[in-house]
Amino acid sequence: MAAKQLTMEEAKAHWAKTSTLMWTMLAIWFFLSFVIHIFARELNAIHILGFPLGFWFVAQGSITGYVLICFYYGSAQEAIDQEFGVAEE
Amino acid sequence: MVVKMEGGFLQNLGRIYAIYTGVFLAFTVLIGILEQLGVPNRFLGYMYVFGTLMVYAVIGILSRTGQLTEYYVAGRSVPAFYNGMATASDWMSAASFIGMAGSLYLGGFDSHAFIIGWTGGYVLVAVLMAPYLRKFGQYTVPDFFGARYGGNVARLIAVLVLITASFVYMVAQLVGVGIIASRFLALQFEVAVFAGLVGILVCSMMGGMKAVTWTQVAQYIILIVAYLIPVTILSAQVTGVPVPQLMYGQAVEKMEALEKTLGILNSHVNPFSNARGEYEFLRMLNFLALTLCLMVGTASLPHILMRYFTTPTVREARQSVGWSIFFIYLLYFTAPAYAVFAKLEVYQNVIGQPIAQLPAWVAEWGKVGLVVVNDANRDGILQLAEFRIQQDAIVLATPEIAGLPYVIAGLVAAGGLAAALSTADGLLLAMSNAMSHDVYYKMIDPKADTAKRMLISRVLLVVLALLGAWVAGQLGADILFLVAWAFSIAASGLFAGLVLGVWWKGTSTAGAVAGMLAGFGTCMFLLLMSEFNGPQLKVWLDAIAPGSAIANLRGRQVCNFWGISSISVGVFGIPISFLTTIIVSKLTTPPPKEMQDFIDSIRIPTGEVKMASGEAPAH
Repeated sequence: MAAKQLTMEEAKAHWAKTSTLMWTMLAIWFFLSFVIHIFARELNAIHILGFPLGFWFVAQGSITGYVLICFYYGSAQEAIDQEFGVAEE
Repeated sequence: MVVKMEGGFLQNLGRIYAIYTGVFLAFTVLIGILEQLGVPNRFLGYMYVFGTLMVYAVIGILSRTGQLTEYYVAGRSVPAFYNGMATASDWMSAASFIGMAGSLYLGGFDSHAFIIGWTGGYVLVAVLMAPYLRKFGQYTVPDFFGARYGGNVARLIAVLVLITASFVYMVAQLVGVGIIASRFLALQFEVAVFAGLVGILVCSMMGGMKAVTWTQVAQYIILIVAYLIPVTILSAQVTGVPVPQLMYGQAVEKMEALEKTLGILNSHVNPFSNARGEYEFLRMLNFLALTLCLMVGTASLPHILMRYFTTPTVREARQSVGWSIFFIYLLYFTAPAYAVFAKLEVYQNVIGQPIAQLPAWVAEWGKVGLVVVNDANRDGILQLAEFRIQQDAIVLATPEIAGLPYVIAGLVAAGGLAAALSTADGLLLAMSNAMSHDVYYKMIDPKADTAKRMLISRVLLVVLALLGAWVAGQLGADILFLVAWAFSIAASGLFAGLVLGVWWKGTSTAGAVAGMLAGFGTCMFLLLMSEFNGPQLKVWLDAIAPGSAIANLRGRQVCNFWGISSISVGVFGIPISFLTTIIVSKLTTPPPKEMQDFIDSIRIPTGEVKMASGEAPAH
């Protein structure tokens, strides 16, 4: 398949969807990186499996979230590219 | 390889690395048997270190190449999964492997900024950069600056930032090699650094990125096995289940109870608190600032970004960021368990015990000064205040805490060495590629042929490595505090230009150049002033607003920035570089049509890259 040329409108729509995905991912990233830890003291009152929750998030929770974000982003962006016919073979 | 294979190396990666892992485990078992037969520890240590070094050298020699694409970007043939492994060992340095768990032990909650800071940046890499840099598809990160910001000025500043950030970082890895080798092999520090240097050069010199990639995969396997085994066994002993990452919750509970009994006011799990356990707003601010700098720094360090030039497709570049953070995650979500298990051991079996009956590991690591026991009140019982443990001791002593034989301690040393060497390889290559490709080929002699370009790159590799080893030998551990600077330097100098270059078509050349200079300049100025002329900086900062303080660190009067520690100087540099880039771009002519087309072409995975300067895109 020869590379498809996007029209101006298609390129705009593709980038709009890509940007929305970017901002969504960054919003979750921002929440996991900064917002949640501001409330660590309050979260520490809750215990799960021995872990105070605020501590668990800084030690393991946030980074588990990062791994999931990165894999999810890979497949979500691929879906956008396929929708517009610009995904690689 | 004696094994018969259909197809080439790339078609058999899974089998090759599975066999390699099996051989490595068999080798470990062999050393274990030799230990039982009474072979002395020192000899076993030599076997481990030289055994693994030889494997890296063999991979380096087998991967030699005379092709530019192979030398600079591993032929763009590295599958996502393996690029993830290579990136993980490229990323995880001696500091991650040996030092991090210890800093969690000593710093408690607040130190976990390193856990989230050194992983969260990959979200930024994945979403904002990796796919677009891969589509752009040249050789180096400064190449992107050159192409997007039309010319050599932006390229040269990018090289300058790259070299500044990477060089101190590489020296720290050589120091790490020196420390590990001198501790386990009783080599003299300078000799150990030199041995590490040879290990680094054989991996990178003949095969460039191609060789570094395949040794980094091999090094990842060793470092992750070495990191996980001791703590997994310890978890089985303490909790009955060999899954430390889940089971250390039990240890946290016991540790919290012991903290109360021992009268420790600031719990390990207590956020943003001083020694009396009281919450301090400034501590939270420093935690958030450090997290931000480490994350943005991760997403700006060229030795990491250049790894995403090596995948076959844009899709695989995206997937490989996922694999990178997954492989990093395996170590990082284990590190907090290391810290807690060690703390539990100390509170349970060390503090409050008669000094004559302390566990054997205390005496063992006391000999090299990593653990200090001082019975100040001479009552024969060890009090909390009479016990001190150095950061590096946590990971190094865990095998002995678990009562494991020396073979496991040797394994940990081999893992630490793999971590330091793999990172040094990546950094060294990033620097020599930038100097040979961006400075020599693009600016000095654009007519140079392939052979000459590669010769220059190899010579630079040796020169930079020797220079690094010399600095490491001269300054030793004194330079380690500089490592944290590398993140803020890279973040302040490169991040805005990279992100806005892809995401905002209005970024002009003048804007980007001004932004890079402003961010990098602010960062370097504040860092150098705070470290070497703290009192003067305080006068200037006080003139803007009061609140900066001077502390006696590293034998110098170091000034902080309104309570923000100098390690987080990026919180000033990053916004300044963004603001400057945006304002200057608004004031100058927006990029021409050809540049807009270039940006459009790197935003979608398929189709040709339309270079604005009329250069042919590289393949």
